[in-house]
Amino acid sequence: MSARGAARRGAARAMHVFVLVFFTGLLAFPFFWMVIAAFKQNIDLYTVENNPFKFNLPPTLDHIRLLFGETRFVRWLGNTALVGAIVVAITLLLAVPAAYSLTRLTGRWGERLGIGIFLTYLIPPTLLFIPMSRVVAILGLQDTIWSVVLVYPTMTIPFSIWLLMGFFKSIPKELEDAAMVDGLTRFGAFLKLVVPISVSGILTVVIFSFTLVTQEFVYALTFISPESNQMVGVGIPIFLVRGDVYFWGSLMAACLVASLPIAVLYNLFLDRFIAGFTVGSIK
Amino acid sequence: MAIVETRKLTKVFKEGELGAVNDVSLATEEGEFLVFLGPSGSGKTTLLRMIAGLEIPTSGEILIGGQVVNDLTPRERRIAMVFQSYALYPHLTVYKNIAFPLKAQKVPKEEHRGKVEWAAGLLGIGKLLDRKPRELSGGERQRVALARAIVRQPAVFLLDEPLSNLDAKLRASARQELEEFQGQIGTTMIYVTHDQVEAMAMGDRIVVMNFGRVHQIGSPAEVYGDPADTFVATFLGSPPMNLVQAGDLIVGFRPENFFPVARLAGQAALPADIRIQERQGPFVPLRFRISHEEYLGADRITYGLLEGDRFDGTKVISRLPAGQSASLPSGSLHAFAVAESDLRFFDTRTQVKSAAKPYPWA
Amino acid sequence: MFMPSVVFIALLVGIPFVLAVLYAFSDARIGGTSFHFVGFENFRSILHSPSFRKALQNSIVFTLCAQAIVIVCSNILAIALEKPFRGRGFVRFLILLPWVAPVSLGTIGWKWILDSIYSVITWVLVALHVYKPYSAPMWLGEPHLAMASVVLVHCWRLIPFSTVIMLAGRSAIPREIPEAAAIDGAGFWRTLFQINIPMMTPILSVAVLFGIIFTFTDMTVVYILTAGGPFDSTQTLPSLAFATGIAGSDLAAGAAISLFLVPVLVAVAYLMLRVAHRAEVV
Repeated sequence: MSARGAARRGAARAMHVFVLVFFTGLLAFPFFWMVIAAFKQNIDLYTVENNPFKFNLPPTLDHIRLLFGETRFVRWLGNTALVGAIVVAITLLLAVPAAYSLTRLTGRWGERLGIGIFLTYLIPPTLLFIPMSRVVAILGLQDTIWSVVLVYPTMTIPFSIWLLMGFFKSIPKELEDAAMVDGLTRFGAFLKLVVPISVSGILTVVIFSFTLVTQEFVYALTFISPESNQMVGVGIPIFLVRGDVYFWGSLMAACLVASLPIAVLYNLFLDRFIAGFTVGSIK
Repeated sequence: MAIVETRKLTKVFKEGELGAVNDVSLATEEGEFLVFLGPSGSGKTTLLRMIAGLEIPTSGEILIGGQVVNDLTPRERRIAMVFQSYALYPHLTVYKNIAFPLKAQKVPKEEHRGKVEWAAGLLGIGKLLDRKPRELSGGERQRVALARAIVRQPAVFLLDEPLSNLDAKLRASARQELEEFQGQIGTTMIYVTHDQVEAMAMGDRIVVMNFGRVHQIGSPAEVYGDPADTFVATFLGSPPMNLVQAGDLIVGFRPENFFPVARLAGQAALPADIRIQERQGPFVPLRFRISHEEYLGADRITYGLLEGDRFDGTKVISRLPAGQSASLPSGSLHAFAVAESDLRFFDTRTQVKSAAKPYPWA
Repeated sequence: MFMPSVVFIALLVGIPFVLAVLYAFSDARIGGTSFHFVGFENFRSILHSPSFRKALQNSIVFTLCAQAIVIVCSNILAIALEKPFRGRGFVRFLILLPWVAPVSLGTIGWKWILDSIYSVITWVLVALHVYKPYSAPMWLGEPHLAMASVVLVHCWRLIPFSTVIMLAGRSAIPREIPEAAAIDGAGFWRTLFQINIPMMTPILSVAVLFGIIFTFTDMTVVYILTAGGPFDSTQTLPSLAFATGIAGSDLAAGAAISLFLVPVLVAVAYLMLRVAHRAEVV
């Protein structure tokens, strides 16, 4: 291999590495920064001259202790987990049968209704939150976690139906016909055949719904005022700030603790979400 | 027009494992139609892609027109390639597809139309210039791919199994068109295929490959009539050459050279009569017990076992023109023979052609 | 079996949507029970309000700027991530963090990074002697810098999402097509712009359309990063709607403001349907 070829490849390699380092650095930096701030002593944190990249004083667990001991952080985590679980259940209960019957619906109606449902996903919370707050108040759910339990499925169900339709479409109808010939009812075939095959699709819906609950901000902010009933995504920015004072150490620790598990979970199922987003544009 | 040469070319994909291409040295002749023939995984496509510049060799050299091209990018090598899937640009019209190489090589725009129409005319697709690839049939797409390849007048043409995506009927006529095409333009062509019929029909010479190694390079007559080893002997020809174990040697003879000696009822001219007149020299008698036969219209293929102390139980095949043979009942025993000049010998241990002859022959 | 879902959505999406329109034409307030129709009064007053006009302008400008930057960056990143390399899975995890972490928490992280006194960016710039100590600009305190910061955070969130979609789009291109282009003589840039990108148009469209929705309808970033300030210079339609409707208790005006999201959503929905339809025809 001559020098020319090697030089050309070396330059391409260097560019490749540069691009990766630059973007990874830019995108992951805030989280790295959260880690540092979460463990830095306040004196170190708030002294402007100190090099922020290293621990000028030994790291401390004070912020974590404050977070878990003296704030409602744990309560928020609990609220979010509870709401997440219930919303996942509701979503599965409603979206799975809907997706199945829409897929099996003969004629163009199945497709059309499916697209219609998907389009409702495009109606954002920031459009509906004002009248929704009134609806929630009228139903008496204001300031409780049940307000979001009611409303979140409107966001999870459309996308989940769309995701699941993609899955169910790939199961050949002959499989169910064979099962029914063997004696199962259509519902029995659905339960015993289709559901087990679609486990990965259903899992995707579970993860998607759960992460949506954790990511949501507007509705939770609008419907829930009391600190003890709030979700973690809203509790942290709103209630960890006393007046105008930001407790950055605890704040960063909170962000870290709340973000990472969700990130790991979401990451595992990313490819399936993308398939849903791309609306079958990739064949 | 140029000669393509490889010197000890090797490609290893995974360290420690056998290379996809091992130590291949060959050279084309000017303007010839050279075929790389071999089963899947034989390395023929990898070899082609290295010549194209799409794979980087692990070691060895590639020369085009006498110049070492290892470090040249594909576009610097002045080659053209037709892929198995044709790789037409789906969002461009046929015209734009053919014009793309001209654009890429910065040929002045005024010259585009002339050259595109020349290439399209050569392949008879002048009427399709405004269509998109998805509106074309398989055969038409192949012609567009060829037009796109020829429009820059490359030094070498590389083709990677371009006929395998066509259905059987189309394949024969497409094959004929390709042969005529190459004859017309006279550019050196390297053609990869796993189909030995294609190789025999189209190639000036055939490079027979397996497991990344070249087994034999020769004209169709050479690789068919004088195979270098048992792999070549059995890969070419359908049904494959009969191989019979004889101690240190393997004896081979082709099904069409294996025929009955006694005149059978209802036959006009005996194949034996014809062949004995054609060949000089002794014949080897063999006793053949029939198991079953296939009647293919023009040919009759008879399957059975040899009987006799030396080769007892070996499965052999006979292939004769249907008009010159008779249907033989299953289970019957017959006297067959092979001309000694039709025998080929291979060393049992190395599987390679051997000069020795088993003695005594009985 | 789909009736429960359809009913649920029709009720909980359809009714609030209708209500939003009704509110926009009313004088509803939080805490009050009055509800009279006032015609186009709300629209007239917000269209005259400079903060509304600024919010509308911001919504459009932020969205377009962010999308432009995201398209370019995600394309570059997708090319870099295409070929396998050691540690690619881990790099992908890191790159995805902005998208998978909750919006509010990532934004708080940036708020700390852009803090007027303790910003790490300030520290680095002072250390490099670009600024004298204590004289660096206030990243979230000056209108133009604040606007740039909002766009930055949106880009930061969207690049991972777009990149993953681009990667999917690139992998859908059969390997032999860029190879044919290479043999035909096309270099890196020609192949990218004349072959790869045109072939990825459906995917690109999807990424852009979703990106537009995520930026245009988001209020979280603005709310947490700048609260619309300084002096309303970073308000967007959604954040202004919240500030007016909920914080300001004027449900009617808030609803009217949020209705201005509809034209863009309709356009996006139409374009998405077109893309999906084209994909099936090919």
